[in-house]
Amino acid sequence: MEMPQPDPAILARRERVHARLAGLLPPDALITDPAETRAYECDALTAYRCLPLAVVLPRTTEEVAAVMRACHDEGVKVIPRGAGTSLAGGSLPTPDAVVLGVARMNAVIETDYTNRFIRVQAGRTNLSVTGAVEAEGFFYAPDPSSQLACAIAGNIGMNSGGAHCLKYGVTTNNLLGVTMVTMAGEVVQVGGPFMDAPGLDLLGVICGSEGQLGVVTEAWLRILPKPEGARPVLMGFAANEVAGACVADIIKGGLLPVAIEFMDRPCIVATEAFAKAGYPDCEALLIVEVEGSPAEIDEQLARIKAIAARHDPVAYREAASEDEAKRIWLGRKSAFGAMGQMGDYICLDGTIPVSELAFVLRRIGELTEGYGLRVANVFHAGDGNMHPLIIFNANQPGDLEKAEALGADILKLCVEVGGCLTGEHGVGVEKRDLMSVQFSDDDMEAQLRVKDVFDPGWLLNPAKVFPLYVTASRRAA
Amino acid sequence: MRPVDEAELAGIVRGANAPLILRGGGTRGIGAAVPGEVLETGGLSGVRLYEPGALTLVVGAGTPLAEVEALLAGEGQRLAFDPPDMRGLLGREGVSTIGGVVAVNASGPRRVQAGACRDSLIGVRFVDGTGTVIRNGGRVMKNVTGIDLVKLMAGSHGTLGVITEVAFKVLPAPEAVATLCLAGLEDARAVEAMAAALGSPFDVTGAAHWPGRGTFVRVEGFATSVRYRAGELRRLLARFGAVEEVGAEVWAAVRDVVPFHGLSGDVWRLSVKPSDAPGLVARAGAEAVMYDWGGGLVWLAVAPGVDLRARLGVFQGHATRVRGEGPGAFHPEPAAVAALSAGLRAKFDPRGLFNPGLMQGAA
Ligand SMILES: Cc1cc2nc3c(=O)[nH]c(=O)nc-3n(C[C@H](O)[C@H](O)[C@H](O)COP(=O)(O)OP(=O)(O)OC[C@H]3O[C@@H](n4cnc5c(N)ncnc54)[C@H](O)[C@@H]3O)c2cc1C
Repeated sequence: MEMPQPDPAILARRERVHARLAGLLPPDALITDPAETRAYECDALTAYRCLPLAVVLPRTTEEVAAVMRACHDEGVKVIPRGAGTSLAGGSLPTPDAVVLGVARMNAVIETDYTNRFIRVQAGRTNLSVTGAVEAEGFFYAPDPSSQLACAIAGNIGMNSGGAHCLKYGVTTNNLLGVTMVTMAGEVVQVGGPFMDAPGLDLLGVICGSEGQLGVVTEAWLRILPKPEGARPVLMGFAANEVAGACVADIIKGGLLPVAIEFMDRPCIVATEAFAKAGYPDCEALLIVEVEGSPAEIDEQLARIKAIAARHDPVAYREAASEDEAKRIWLGRKSAFGAMGQMGDYICLDGTIPVSELAFVLRRIGELTEGYGLRVANVFHAGDGNMHPLIIFNANQPGDLEKAEALGADILKLCVEVGGCLTGEHGVGVEKRDLMSVQFSDDDMEAQLRVKDVFDPGWLLNPAKVFPLYVTASRRAA
Repeated sequence: MRPVDEAELAGIVRGANAPLILRGGGTRGIGAAVPGEVLETGGLSGVRLYEPGALTLVVGAGTPLAEVEALLAGEGQRLAFDPPDMRGLLGREGVSTIGGVVAVNASGPRRVQAGACRDSLIGVRFVDGTGTVIRNGGRVMKNVTGIDLVKLMAGSHGTLGVITEVAFKVLPAPEAVATLCLAGLEDARAVEAMAAALGSPFDVTGAAHWPGRGTFVRVEGFATSVRYRAGELRRLLARFGAVEEVGAEVWAAVRDVVPFHGLSGDVWRLSVKPSDAPGLVARAGAEAVMYDWGGGLVWLAVAPGVDLRARLGVFQGHATRVRGEGPGAFHPEPAAVAALSAGLRAKFDPRGLFNPGLMQGAA
């Protein structure tokens, strides 16, 4: 993967930039020693690593603003970072950039149960937002699998989703407002604890902008009352097509489960070997979870069971206890861990129209065979967000390139059938060069204009999201 | 001018050298732009794709809202965000288009549970001020590819581009509805009751307070589930007074602000923190008031020309004048935000063709 040549003028001024930052921050908030900046050399896309010019870990919006003003002044690039769990290389540094991590900004500023919001510093982890309100019976809905580690900052950066977003939506649907520092060091408040924007919906543009527009330091998040209960059901099918048809029928049947998760045979086999969740031996399985009171759950599951029966399930297992519910989720939740046991993997994230599910799975199988690799599929079926996991061996020369080429083919397939490159992980560097598959130059130009307005000097996380050829003149200017 | 397709529209925009006033059905636009030639989108109509099993609908922006709703109803589905009909309130006639709904981000009582129009919108095509066709989002529900211009176009009131096509995530219509009513509550007490309902696990899809008529709470879904939740809510709300079950018609009246239809004068909407609403209403000196979204949206009728913002003083949220004359319909934004918005307008509509001046906040 190509990254732009680092700016030699900045590299030459390394000491001076360090000194300037040191003057703005407490000593423990600035890291310049390469032995320590190494911890920030990559995110969860570990195939790509690079030591930054420096790392800053401010504790307040004022400190962030001071750093941004200084970097703006010096012409130094800034890479915003939350917890560094991006799977797309969104927080990958460059040698001439300062990584600005907000992980130390993790305070709860305000909780308001009457008006159902929480205001937090953006470095707070996703799960600990729910942790802060759960005693009062509330939760924060978007639940990426990485929720123990990932920060609200990165969730906003990527507009992250999770297993339960079929019902509750993704980050952008649960975000009320942000405090953000622009590249010029100006602090702006966009939105707030009310429901809609007075003017243009800037919040909607900021959410999912992958650190291209500003550094988010605080957020107002919508919190929801916890449902009375939830129960999953697991069903096995004889073919991917059949499972796909069952998903469409559940949705058409007027049901809106909180989650519909899909696993194919390779994924079932791998997770069974790893987690021993007791999954049935079948071609495809669905985990469907519904919420409500016990009686409401019974009613929804009765309807789902009737729909499933039309598709001759080879297994149908309803959780009769908390323990059985955990076992049903166990395999799904350890799917990524199981893949890790099988080798290195690339996790794709394309979305397809649900109606194309069976066709796309068949084509992925054919493409994978062509490359002589293995792919396991686990994904959010209700909304068509696929997660093909391509298994490869990083120690074998050429294998990563082969896996990446297969990944690109699969993502092109997603776009061809009417879908998109990424449903929740973001473009980052990983899918940057595929953007022209989904968008025309005009479409991309319109998006670049937004960055032109927020960051006219193109210093914030440049060289991400858009193919380098598209942004070259702006980055050079 | 009334182009029949996107290409013709793009040509018109490229050739334009004076302001264009964008019009869908002319039924819900607010504020005043400088005068210009009217550009109608009604010709850009038709269903491009509807997949009930995937909950997706793609339609031309000029398609009448009523047609969209009828199509969805035929499959037992609907637009989750409950778009209001503003004709009665604004004294307009005409056929509301789906593109107009998007342009003003029109969202009804269900907004508290299902989100606004912008939350259901998953894709757009539009023609920008240079006459270039731009596509963003798509037809799938989960999509974070690139910068989200879909949200930006929703609620841009025709100031960034001419929307030509829109894609939605749609939802199943419920089997049953129940509406509970508490009579005679003071505003502050009503907001508390609505907060209690919305803060319960019973999945409330509407919470409105119509002074003089009652405080209303709605649940929707499968029949037995609706019965159960209505029962639980009755118990929960009993401490606020006697709870009665009433018909669902009240929601269309709340959505379309029917109680204000016969009133003269200006109409404003406040978007605020619900618990702040009663205090603000007390300062407003309004002739009529109605609360929706649990108190997060307040409709106010005041005498013509009243500067409501001056009466309210500084508050968190904003006030928009939806009916009335003169400049300043939109709430002024903080300077830094206003500069970003102005920057975006200058990029998307560099010649200032589209509804110029419309969204300018009061000075
Ligand atoms: C095992 C595993 C499972 C995962 N499961 C899911 C899942 O289910 N759903 C899902 O959506 N994602 C998932 N992810 C991806 C990842 O966790 C999310 O993208 C997450 O939101 C990233 O958060 P972070 O705090 O780690 O952000 P980072 O990786 O630090 O940054 C992510 C992006 O946000 C930008 N950013 C960070 N902080 C700021 C800020 N303060 N202001 C502006 N921009 C900022 C960065 O520049 C970068 O572009 C998973 C990752 C892993 C490793």
